[in-house]
Amino acid sequence: MNHLPQAWGRPRDDVYGPYDGSYLQNDGPNQHSQSPIVTGTSVLALKFKDGVVIAADNLASYGSLARFTDVKRLRKFAETSVVGFGGDVSDMQYLDRLLNSLDIEEAYGSTGHTLNAQNLHTYLAKVLYKRRSNFNPLWNQLLVAGLDGEGKPFLASADLLGTTFSSPSLATGFGAHLAQPLLRKVAPDEETASKLSLEQAVEAVKASMKVLFYRDARSIDKYSIAVVTKEGIDLKQDEKLENQSWAFAEQIRGYGTQVN
Amino acid sequence: MPGFDFSNHTRNAALHARGVPLPKATSTGTTIVGCIFDGGVVIAADTRATSGPIVADKNCEKLHYIAPQIWCAGAGTAADTEFTTALISSQLELHSLSTGRKPRVVTCMTMLKQHLFRYQGHIGAYLVVAGVDPTGVGLFTVHAHGSTDKLPYVTMGSGSLAAMSVFETQWKSKMTEQEAVTLASNAIQAGIFNDLGSGSNVDVAVITKDKTTLKRGYVKPNERSQKQKSYIFKRGTTAVLNEKIITRQEISKYVTVSELEGGETALGEKMDLDV
Amino acid sequence: MTMFSQNPLMNGPNYSFSQTPTMASGANKEHSFYPYTDNGGSTLAISGNDFMIMAGDTRSTSGYNINTRYSPKVFKIGGTTSSQDDATLVLSVVGFAADGHALKEKLDAIVKMYRYQHGKPMSVKACAQRLSTILYGKRFFPYYVTAILGGLDEDGKGAVYSYDPVGSYEREQCRAAGAAASLIMPFLDNQVNFKNQYIPGSGEGHALVERAKDPLPLVVVEALVKDAFDSAVERHIEVGDGLSMMLITKNGIEEKFLPLKKD
Repeated sequence: MNHLPQAWGRPRDDVYGPYDGSYLQNDGPNQHSQSPIVTGTSVLALKFKDGVVIAADNLASYGSLARFTDVKRLRKFAETSVVGFGGDVSDMQYLDRLLNSLDIEEAYGSTGHTLNAQNLHTYLAKVLYKRRSNFNPLWNQLLVAGLDGEGKPFLASADLLGTTFSSPSLATGFGAHLAQPLLRKVAPDEETASKLSLEQAVEAVKASMKVLFYRDARSIDKYSIAVVTKEGIDLKQDEKLENQSWAFAEQIRGYGTQVN
Repeated sequence: MPGFDFSNHTRNAALHARGVPLPKATSTGTTIVGCIFDGGVVIAADTRATSGPIVADKNCEKLHYIAPQIWCAGAGTAADTEFTTALISSQLELHSLSTGRKPRVVTCMTMLKQHLFRYQGHIGAYLVVAGVDPTGVGLFTVHAHGSTDKLPYVTMGSGSLAAMSVFETQWKSKMTEQEAVTLASNAIQAGIFNDLGSGSNVDVAVITKDKTTLKRGYVKPNERSQKQKSYIFKRGTTAVLNEKIITRQEISKYVTVSELEGGETALGEKMDLDV
Repeated sequence: MTMFSQNPLMNGPNYSFSQTPTMASGANKEHSFYPYTDNGGSTLAISGNDFMIMAGDTRSTSGYNINTRYSPKVFKIGGTTSSQDDATLVLSVVGFAADGHALKEKLDAIVKMYRYQHGKPMSVKACAQRLSTILYGKRFFPYYVTAILGGLDEDGKGAVYSYDPVGSYEREQCRAAGAAASLIMPFLDNQVNFKNQYIPGSGEGHALVERAKDPLPLVVVEALVKDAFDSAVERHIEVGDGLSMMLITKNGIEEKFLPLKKD
């Protein structure tokens, strides 16, 4: 103990380390949420002849804990588009609310014009870019699926930095490593994608979801899948992965010299 | 075993602390795979070696010889995979000579993991070990820290996820040799086209109880296209600022100079010329 | 020293609770959010006597991943329609794609406004100065991009303006930017500006005559661009997939696309 009165009755610095007074700061830069907490993993999507197939599993993880096992990460917008969310779930719910108000605003407008997937993607990308520019990012990676202004299939990505890109197939998170190679094989370019049937596209996406369940430790075998065409949106939110194959596991003995 | 020389360690640590960056090692930011089939095992690799974002070698060999029937595919630091496999290969041969038996895949795997564990991950070798020995077919992965795994199909390197996605959708048990070679080659190509650390060609090694077949350049899906222009310069284009002639008399103090017969030309090492 | 660092916020002895500071001193807490990323790719521009070529690969990367094989980095600027058919300027941006996109949109809007207000397209010289101002406007939170602006000047000659991320700019004969700039630029120095090329037998030592800097015809420039990118693809992992080119002549802007290696 020393003679300084404010030290009396406090844990000693030389034993416990100096007191962290950083919470006292009321000046200087604001602290925003700087890392995701409850998160969703990959979102996959693939264009085909008449539209886009998009899928995401129903898990929200809290670090390595599978915390919420029935979280729907695909969201319809104005019966024209579907947005798939990866990353922070609270930021997803904020964006969900933002899109609800946008939807209402647009529906009450006098133009009679509804936003298509391309418009929606531009809007979301601008929101994300603005937030990153204010050092207060929305910690998500989004896929927007639907039709563009000419009624052609539209698929694009936007992330927490405001980076955008588009491709015949897209996958976020772990899916970018595991699923994208499979989807690219099915649709290497726009021309091939424009010849794919709905069945082929759904099959490819389901096969990719299965690989992700096998190899992504933050995934679950319950998922949502949506098909967007000019006829509308077919969204199924309680799918279960079928025909899983764990047969090879029985053959495995140990990791090295073990035989039996 | 004569080990590494650590005499510069303290100096380098001090330099590093003052902000001197570590030297860049050539890394085989790679796709490598292995797959067991009915009667043998196949391993395959891409052929790109990188140094940061630069391609250091467009057609390097990542399949390393250990013993006639045991081969290794290596990812990670190029020098470490090269020297570690050479070292274990040498030790395994001596072991085989002293016991008078064929080397076993488990022996190779155990020696590799014990060597790598001793160096606590500082030797950056990530290996797929495959082979056939009197006990049967063996396929393992060995990580730089010394852990191992035994599976019917394995992938490693920066393209391991791309390659694994192919195995997870197409692998089946009891494949034929041709099926396994095609599957492994497809897995490598998934790495080549989806992972920036992997590229160029596919090398394959097939090991059965009878023989090993190394198929260097099994698939070459990335041949360079023809140049639009010729870049040959007229002789004398480059400025000569300084000329010095060394006589035969002067140089013969250091090297042996031999006279060429009339019409004969000296043959140096062959080079690929840009024509 | 612990005595003086008893209160971490004031580095020295303090004697009363009323003196307990409420403001952090010293370094701010580190932000873990980094607002930039590098999306790879490379661009290249060469000007000729009565034309200019702007080219860029179409690969977008993040780390060792390919985001997409088709994301063009070369844009027409300041046309009056959404198809930009009547544009007279081109801009290429490479680096952080989101900033690049924002920069392009901003410049495009400004050049369009100029056209509506003045009833004529903006000159490349004026646009170049304006782009510099835009970039410098974000001096302390820069657009993380290397931009190149191209067009034809008042005399109908090809013009290339190259920029650094905070707005320093210069008119040049040719410029390579982005991931493979250090691979392509020396090639351009040699093949466009004939650096290190002398006329054989024109003299001894320093008396040698440099090869004359004749302006190159369009076909040669186009061949150089293709060869430059094919070579960059061979040796740089972030360059590949496709090559999008824009050729500006007095007849307008012609777009070309060529496939590149995809590994």
